[in-house]
Amino acid sequence: MNPAGVESKGSSYLQGLDYSVVQQCMHCGMCLPTCPTYDATKIERHSPRGRIALMRAIADDRLEATKTFADEMYFCLGCLACVTACPAGVNYAELFEHARAEVERRELLKSPRRTAIRSFTVKWLFMDHRRLTAVGRAMRLYQELGIQSLIRGSGVLRLLPKRLRELEAMTPKVQPAFSNELIARVTPAVGGRRQTVAMLTGCAQDLIFSDVNRDTVEVLARNGCEVHTPPDQPCCGSLHAHNGEWALAQVLARRMIDLLPPERYDAIITNAGGCGSHLKHYSKLLEDDPRYAARAKAWDAKVRDIHEFLAGAGLRPPTKVSGPPMRVTYHESCHLSHGQKIVNQPRQVLAVIPGLQLVELPEANWCCGSAGIYNLTQPEMAGQLLERKIGHIRSTGVEVVATANPGCLLQLINGCRDAGLNLRVAHPITLLAEAYRRES
Amino acid sequence: MPIATTVLARLHAMVGSENVLVSKEDLIPYAFDGTAALHQMPGAVVFAHSREDVVSVLRFANAEGIPVVTRGSGTGLSGGSLPSPDCLVLCLVKMDRILEVDAANLTLTAEPGVTTIAIAEAAAKVGLFYPPDPGSMKISTIGGNVAENSGGLRGLKYGITRNYVMGLEVVLPDGEVLWTGNKCVKDVAGYSLRDLFIGSEGTLGVITRVLLRLLPKPAAKKTLVATFDQMDRAAQTVSDIIAAKIIPCTLEFLDRTTVRCVEDFAKVGLPVDCEAVLLMETDGHPAAVAEEATQMEALARRNGAMEVRVAKDEAEATRLAAARRSAFSALARVAPTTILEDATVPRSELARMIRFVDQVARKYELRIGTFGHMGDGNLHPTFLTDERNHAEMERVHLAFREIFDEAIRLGGTITGEHGIGVAKKEFLPGFAGEASMRVMRELRRVLDPKGILNPGKMFDVVPNPSA
Repeated sequence: MNPAGVESKGSSYLQGLDYSVVQQCMHCGMCLPTCPTYDATKIERHSPRGRIALMRAIADDRLEATKTFADEMYFCLGCLACVTACPAGVNYAELFEHARAEVERRELLKSPRRTAIRSFTVKWLFMDHRRLTAVGRAMRLYQELGIQSLIRGSGVLRLLPKRLRELEAMTPKVQPAFSNELIARVTPAVGGRRQTVAMLTGCAQDLIFSDVNRDTVEVLARNGCEVHTPPDQPCCGSLHAHNGEWALAQVLARRMIDLLPPERYDAIITNAGGCGSHLKHYSKLLEDDPRYAARAKAWDAKVRDIHEFLAGAGLRPPTKVSGPPMRVTYHESCHLSHGQKIVNQPRQVLAVIPGLQLVELPEANWCCGSAGIYNLTQPEMAGQLLERKIGHIRSTGVEVVATANPGCLLQLINGCRDAGLNLRVAHPITLLAEAYRRES
Repeated sequence: MPIATTVLARLHAMVGSENVLVSKEDLIPYAFDGTAALHQMPGAVVFAHSREDVVSVLRFANAEGIPVVTRGSGTGLSGGSLPSPDCLVLCLVKMDRILEVDAANLTLTAEPGVTTIAIAEAAAKVGLFYPPDPGSMKISTIGGNVAENSGGLRGLKYGITRNYVMGLEVVLPDGEVLWTGNKCVKDVAGYSLRDLFIGSEGTLGVITRVLLRLLPKPAAKKTLVATFDQMDRAAQTVSDIIAAKIIPCTLEFLDRTTVRCVEDFAKVGLPVDCEAVLLMETDGHPAAVAEEATQMEALARRNGAMEVRVAKDEAEATRLAAARRSAFSALARVAPTTILEDATVPRSELARMIRFVDQVARKYELRIGTFGHMGDGNLHPTFLTDERNHAEMERVHLAFREIFDEAIRLGGTITGEHGIGVAKKEFLPGFAGEASMRVMRELRRVLDPKGILNPGKMFDVVPNPSA
């Protein structure tokens, strides 16, 4: 059930949830070994089974939604590894989003600092693409004019508290040009149009990985697609839904559907695992909205992850020009692999690249700690997970790590740099685009 | 009732405050195990990191008369680790070291919190084999396996947990540490106390170290899946295989309902348009394996199998076994509450028992999915119900009773591998008989005179008045 509908009934999100969703968990424990926070702590409260028990206790009125409950809901990475492991088919994603919405509705974690940060980011910055671009430009200026290196070199940063210093080090390199500047509104298919698709440029993705967007459009065009890329696209709302802001997520979903009417395209393409996982569930989000419910269903049916689309549509392998030999490993974005069950397709994309040798990464589908904004809200656990991931990457001895989500890309770039690992972190589609470019 | 502050202070001093959980949010997730519809809040959860922690907690609890329920990963299916009211849950998952793999004597020594799969992997690393493979082996702990005497898919050929325990370290309620068993294959000195503690469900002592027997890893393995349009044909195939003097390591079956749920989850290509699926596995010397697989395939076909498929590689075989292992949980897809039973009959009575379960389901208008270990007569009739529907739960209970009565009548048992716990408690006296019950009660009173260990489980006992 849609929490927005519940709110008008005045009951809690968790109590409004169809009880069978909570009851679906038969506490067999199969999720425990796949949960990163349980694995690290061995405490049931930090496991999917334990969290569901707490949600059920609230639904049953055996527990008040407390601050401890709220903290627990934000300690969960939302990686959804438990969903893959669950034989009983528990919809943990739905439970988890309802629980966080409950936390926000009751203002359980309210503090001036948190409110300020959330108001600025979730409620303001990520609600309007122009604001985001403006901030991006400011950051770009900071980085391009050499202010950043000046400041970093000056030692002034030492005056900042430790956490701020760490955050400053994590600031991503903003791209010299955003998607608007790199990608035409309509990119013609190369060698005959077979399909017409829309390309989603994302929010953070657009600022930090607009080059991946350009590569995606290029790859689509070379696979017979006419690609429509409207400028100034809104955030898909994944950030909002995952952080308990359902109403805002609904606003953004409606905007997205208006901007890219699903009936116009054969497919709507996303290249970010986290966004894709959310984009495919607009129908759930808008099911109680009479104006949008049907269109949201049509929308869901059209959304495709880029790898899923290419593998399904018959990916054209780059012609065998001698590509540089390259050892590559693949890290699975949680919301691509657990959220969307897209596991083999990215590997298929990598496998067609001439000269590329794919080396399997141990624990490839274990969260890297990025988890949306988790690395900002839970730096300690995120750091542990990153360290584990980097250790595995190191063990493969590869030159390139491929991963298909902006959060993971950033996390791994930072992790490799801090660990002194000199390797490239790239989106699989970027590697494919480069292989196409070597053809001509 | 919240735990007394004096008790809490003592526990903190013993194991450190970070190893004691008392908040409501921390305790709710420990108020159940893997068993359906059972719920009881403990007073506190205490994590032990060493034998010494266990000794001090038990000694203290015994002196104060506080009940202690030992727990591993909480995957049990009879409520064995369900808390007693206001008890201390003594959780051993942090005692998770493998202490030794002795390839010369084919043994492995581990702490109780090591997961079953970690034991199997440590053995495999040196070319050895730990056969017991309970359904929850990815997370179940070896301590829990021993305490419940868990079975698994390989029971027919390789036996159960009991057959692989060579020695145990046990802490008794008063804190005394007892060691029983050794690395000798032959040892007849005194009573086999080891066997007493295996399957004792946490009522006699707390297991703090386990010495396990390993086998050489079978050189070859072949996995086959056969489908049938009648359950009887699958059962006849099993009888024919045994009659042909073949002992496969696995002979598992799934009925129509179960197959659909499993396929829905695992997507391993099981056919869903049949009445029964038989999963067969043979292992051992490559030549023997090849011959037995051919024979089993022929026998299945002779009994009218709709299709027989041979797993093409190890990966496919593993996927099929994993799919079967998920059967119980996958059945939960179709109903809010899933209650799993494990009535067991002599192999020869299996087809009759399956038919009986079917009749009972119809009689009480209940939905049942049945699967289980056809090779060893261990059935898993699983009731698909809703614990909020009291009238239906009442019928479930009546159906249970009929199924257990029939199992006993056929020379079987009320539980093949899950244990008594609280779920089967009321059926134990009828099954075990007066003399056995009396001996069990007296044994328990001797080892746990104050009755602090897992009270209310298996059977009730009046504490020894002089203790």
